[in-house]
Amino acid sequence: MPAVKLLALLGAAAVGWLAVTVVHRRTRGHPGGRAFFDHAPARWGFMLLAVTTSLAVAAPLVAPYSPTVQLDIVGLQNRPPSLTHLLGTDLYSRDVWSRLLYGARVSLAVGALSMLVAIVVGTAVGATAGYRRGAVDAILMRFVDVGLSVPRIFILLVLAGLWDQMPLSALIIGIGLTSWFGTSRLVRAEVLSVREREFVHAARALGAGPARVVLQHILPNAAGPIIVTAALVTGAVMLLESGLSFLGIGVAPPLPSWGNMIADAKDHMRAAPWSVLAPGLAIGLVVTACAAVGDGLRAALDPRRSGRRARLARGQASLDLSAPMSPRSPAGPRSHS
Amino acid sequence: MTEPLLRVRDLRTYFVSARGPGTARAVDGVSFDLFGGETLGIVGESGCGKSVMSQSILRLVPEPPGHILPGSLVEYAGRNLLTLAPRELRAIRGNRIAMVFQEPLTSLNPVLTVGDQIAESAIVHQRLARPAARARAIEMLQLVGIPDAAARVDQYPHELSGGMRQRVMIAMALVCHPQVLIADEPTTALDVTIQAQILELLDRLQGELAMAVLLITHDLGIVAGQADRVIVMYAGQVVESAATPALFAHPGHPYTAGLLASVPRLDRPRTRLEAIPGQVPAATAWPAGCRFHPRCPYAWDRCRTAEPPLLEVRPGHAARCWLVEEPARREAPPRAAPR
Repeated sequence: MPAVKLLALLGAAAVGWLAVTVVHRRTRGHPGGRAFFDHAPARWGFMLLAVTTSLAVAAPLVAPYSPTVQLDIVGLQNRPPSLTHLLGTDLYSRDVWSRLLYGARVSLAVGALSMLVAIVVGTAVGATAGYRRGAVDAILMRFVDVGLSVPRIFILLVLAGLWDQMPLSALIIGIGLTSWFGTSRLVRAEVLSVREREFVHAARALGAGPARVVLQHILPNAAGPIIVTAALVTGAVMLLESGLSFLGIGVAPPLPSWGNMIADAKDHMRAAPWSVLAPGLAIGLVVTACAAVGDGLRAALDPRRSGRRARLARGQASLDLSAPMSPRSPAGPRSHS
Repeated sequence: MTEPLLRVRDLRTYFVSARGPGTARAVDGVSFDLFGGETLGIVGESGCGKSVMSQSILRLVPEPPGHILPGSLVEYAGRNLLTLAPRELRAIRGNRIAMVFQEPLTSLNPVLTVGDQIAESAIVHQRLARPAARARAIEMLQLVGIPDAAARVDQYPHELSGGMRQRVMIAMALVCHPQVLIADEPTTALDVTIQAQILELLDRLQGELAMAVLLITHDLGIVAGQADRVIVMYAGQVVESAATPALFAHPGHPYTAGLLASVPRLDRPRTRLEAIPGQVPAATAWPAGCRFHPRCPYAWDRCRTAEPPLLEVRPGHAARCWLVEEPARREAPPRAAPR
């Protein structure tokens, strides 16, 4: 592997690490930021996601080979890891490390964009149901019940049947539109509680319309749980994308995604375990990292867990009464009242 | 007499619950007029319906479970606010009729700066652009006497003291120079010195902006100092209405007399404070006849069976009590209320 690529690898990793450090520095003064970085899994998960993302962005610089070129179909099939091929080659003689990097682009992009679709739709539906209540709420929530009770893999299989090979945009929207049900329930519950708070009445008394009340007053006060769910949904949709690609209805080869890399390599698991292990571990680590970040965000944004009791649980609270009270409400955007 | 600014007639707001004790008649036939520039005090114990009444005027009662009965009328500028389309009603809320809420701690949005919240009604009603609205917010903060307004405008509610927050609430309500200000217990959550400042502020602004103020409170001291006229509410009804001096000098209703007797006074010889026995009955089951009779020291048979209308004591002074028709009974030594 040329030295330039190694340098690029280190550079990209350093950028990711630097990003985490900057965020850490910036949020140190805020109790929420401290709670997040005090949570070791969240710290490491965030680090992993940051480095993975910067490697994915820098894939053309870092990857030593093209992800789709078959280097030597006779001589380089299923070669074990070596200095020239860090993670070996697959059965078509493609470089697994390069495919892993390009696959990260696809998998992370699908994960992030599907998550956005799911969160936007889930928030819109949940906020409508929670704010309007009554018949609107009942209809929307029964629809959500149906959505939660039908395994989404079947819906996506039907959807995939509409195309010979599903385009990436359809995959993203399809995954997003089948992943918002849980979010909408959560947002509805938050909106139901926030809408009864005094300042919402005050906003209505000022003459604010329903859209303004929801967008300006209710949702920002429900942002914590929504952000936490976003992290968890990201992990879930990446897993779903991998599963679909593994089944052959997700991302179309030769474009690499971590799921279809496993699908390609699964028949040669004995001969070339590295070509299955690399994408498999990548999926496992990134999904775990999303869950860890979600946990950390919950600790940071949920006042019920980030107060003194949570610090006691972590063994950091002291009985030092002279310690200054935190100047902000412990919740960041939410607060006790 | 001049035309009233706000005319409320037979306002009834009921809360219906499918389970539980049934319909709560929280506001049950309230009528009054509010004239331009005056301060009308609304007094009564907790649970007598004064807050629900004030929220009903702008239709802010959550529906369901609450609903305002069809026969009710809240007339402003020739239109019934209770039947107005939501969009037209929103054009009045915060613009022509504004409200100051009881709890300055919970009535401000914790995630928005106070400037954003004051600017909001200017943006909603006057379609001001953000920079102009911000300038307006600073101006309003100065008007309500907050020092260093240019810096305060970017602070969050939790960075302000209780008195400051109530000033911010008042600033929010006054941005559009409303004709009517409904102040629902504006000083209850504040300590006495701050209370005095806020009342003084309301008084000054009322003069500057020529507003009518509907001052809802349970504190007779505030009413005595601020209000031109007073309405006493009990059990969802108006039981007495009079000009402030007349009410304090000659309370026509035993409930009003009881309220007055239960206030400690520094300018009278020390006597034992009277308390009105019992408490406001549940809104789901108002007593038959006069709603106050179970607690009334004068109550006789007529009170238990027939509900008195508002009877005129003298012009401009009315009380919902049969004693107005049978003043002789007032001389009879009051016995302790049965209970």
